[in-house]
Amino acid sequence: MEFLEIFLNENFWQAAIRIATPLIFGTLGALICERAGVLNLGIEGIFTAGAMSGWMAVWLGAGLAGGLLTAMIVGAILGLLHGILTVPLGLSQHVSGIGVTMLATSLAYFTYRTTLPDVTSPPRIEAFQPLDIPVLSDLPFLGPALFQHTFMTYLAFFLVFVVAWVLKSTPLGLAIRAVGDNPSSVDSQGMSVYALRIGAIMAGSSLMALGGAFLTMAAFDAFFFGMVNGRGWICIALTVFASWKPRKALLGALLFGAFEAYQVRLQTEVGSFVPGEVFLMAPYILSIVALIIVARSADYPRALLVPWFKGER
Amino acid sequence: MIRMEPRAETSRRIAIIAPIAAVVVALVLAAIPLLAAGQNLGEAYGLMFKGAFGSAFSFSETLTRATPLILTGLAAAVAFRAKFWNIGGEGQFYLGALAAVAVGTGAISAPAWILLPLVLIAGAAAGAVGLIGPAYLKTRFNTDEVVTTLLLNFIIILLVQMLLQGALKDPMSLGWPQSEPILDQAILPPLVDRFRVHWGLIVALGAAIAIYIVMRHTVLGFQLRAVGENPHAARHAGISVSGTMLKAAAISGALAGLAGVSEVAGLKGYLTSDISPGFGYAGIVVAMLAGLSPIGVVISSIFIAAIFVGADSMSRAIGVSNYLADLVVALSLLCVLVGGVAARYKFRWMGLKGREV
Repeated sequence: MEFLEIFLNENFWQAAIRIATPLIFGTLGALICERAGVLNLGIEGIFTAGAMSGWMAVWLGAGLAGGLLTAMIVGAILGLLHGILTVPLGLSQHVSGIGVTMLATSLAYFTYRTTLPDVTSPPRIEAFQPLDIPVLSDLPFLGPALFQHTFMTYLAFFLVFVVAWVLKSTPLGLAIRAVGDNPSSVDSQGMSVYALRIGAIMAGSSLMALGGAFLTMAAFDAFFFGMVNGRGWICIALTVFASWKPRKALLGALLFGAFEAYQVRLQTEVGSFVPGEVFLMAPYILSIVALIIVARSADYPRALLVPWFKGER
Repeated sequence: MIRMEPRAETSRRIAIIAPIAAVVVALVLAAIPLLAAGQNLGEAYGLMFKGAFGSAFSFSETLTRATPLILTGLAAAVAFRAKFWNIGGEGQFYLGALAAVAVGTGAISAPAWILLPLVLIAGAAAGAVGLIGPAYLKTRFNTDEVVTTLLLNFIIILLVQMLLQGALKDPMSLGWPQSEPILDQAILPPLVDRFRVHWGLIVALGAAIAIYIVMRHTVLGFQLRAVGENPHAARHAGISVSGTMLKAAAISGALAGLAGVSEVAGLKGYLTSDISPGFGYAGIVVAMLAGLSPIGVVISSIFIAAIFVGADSMSRAIGVSNYLADLVVALSLLCVLVGGVAARYKFRWMGLKGREV
């Protein structure tokens, strides 16, 4: 019965939401890029760069807000790079994205190593602390589970609804969706396909960078090599799973977080029989399975991966 | 504004100059972080060049490093030719290495002329199987192969870690998670005495020639290019697109698997879970620099290997982080992508108002 009792534990739900938070940022970011028609495989590197630059800004004394801003700017710059390569130049979105990931990761590692050449233990910062919300945080069960998180987790949830509203109900959102489905129609209305696509990639990339910053500025308080560990790729899978819809992305990220929090706890129950690596593999396997289930019927943005050039049809 | 016009034909001269220019530009761009780190550029790049080509020993090191890169580069080149985006070279590398130690550490005792080919075949087969999975998912369920191969990299490395703690662990390793050593009969011997460069290089060069012949002179090579260039037209011409893709995946995975065998059986002699410093990912850069040409892969592998070996040696000498090598490699990839545009298009300055000047 221990297997079910895990669900009654408030710490389990708190962990699930904490694990989901960077995935919410990342999936929202990936979704915005793809809705505009551009796959952004720079995500893994943008996570790493966001994690490193946000942390370093705080460590250098910019404060937590300064850290978030730094991460977002770094993300937007990397997004601009991917945007220039894939939109006006029309290069392979797959290869360009991998290139951006390699560049962002190596630049982040090089900068960290160069700034801190001989540290043995990574220096720590004063990270985001859980925000206490009057009354709500003190509720039994629900308080610890839902209302004892950091500012960044609340921000992630808030952004889900902002992105959903922008995409669905604003002219800008309509334009972004149109540019990912039928760029020529956008062009014929006198709007710039290039500007819309590059803008969407930059906005999406800055959200991805926030996902990385969450790791070093809220979940932990230091930067480690390899700490992103495939989270970016998982977000790409979650985007397909969510059929490019922000609320479904939130649901997917939460399911994922719950699954991972559950398996960590399961591991302590049956850890002596099953090697720990099996549990560590689980999130990646789950992502592949989720992709297989939805990929066939997935309603891809119609112009995803298709470059568009002015004056060509 | 600048207007891009497609060239009627990609000029051969530009196709050769573009990758060289890309590496040069990458090195120039990498000077920015080097300067920011307060280094003397001349000294740093001088040390890098000396570290990669300065002596017979360092050139042997460069060729040793190029060996797995040729194979993972070929793996990427074959798959990309069919527009099958195999980003899982790293995982297939480890599957090959795993098969090499499973077969070559004593499970079978046979003379070298049987055991060595067996180890190579096992490694290639393991790599091939590792990529046929994602290829099947792509053809059957339309699952994006980039995401599945990337995620499989993580799964496979965890599998290696698990086996090195369990079934494949060397009982004599004093607790280190590493495999038993490869039997002497399964070792790819050194090419030259007292140098580390080994017969894996010959295997890699042989593979490059074989792939060149397959791509140029066989029906399979033709089908592969046809599917990559225009799958709809290929289907109309009676080519099975999914069949061709599965074959491309099998070849690509096998090549990456061979890279793993070569590192285990030629260089290290046993398997650890950190045996590859990213050979699978670097193979993508190698293939792109080579313009997906098999012979070009050999040349660009030596380029990239020189950057890694040179940066390692520079890093030891003056304490610059050797992540600089990864940075140069990443910049080379992005530069060669842009260079590819330059090779395919003419750029015309259209004046600020967009009219032809």
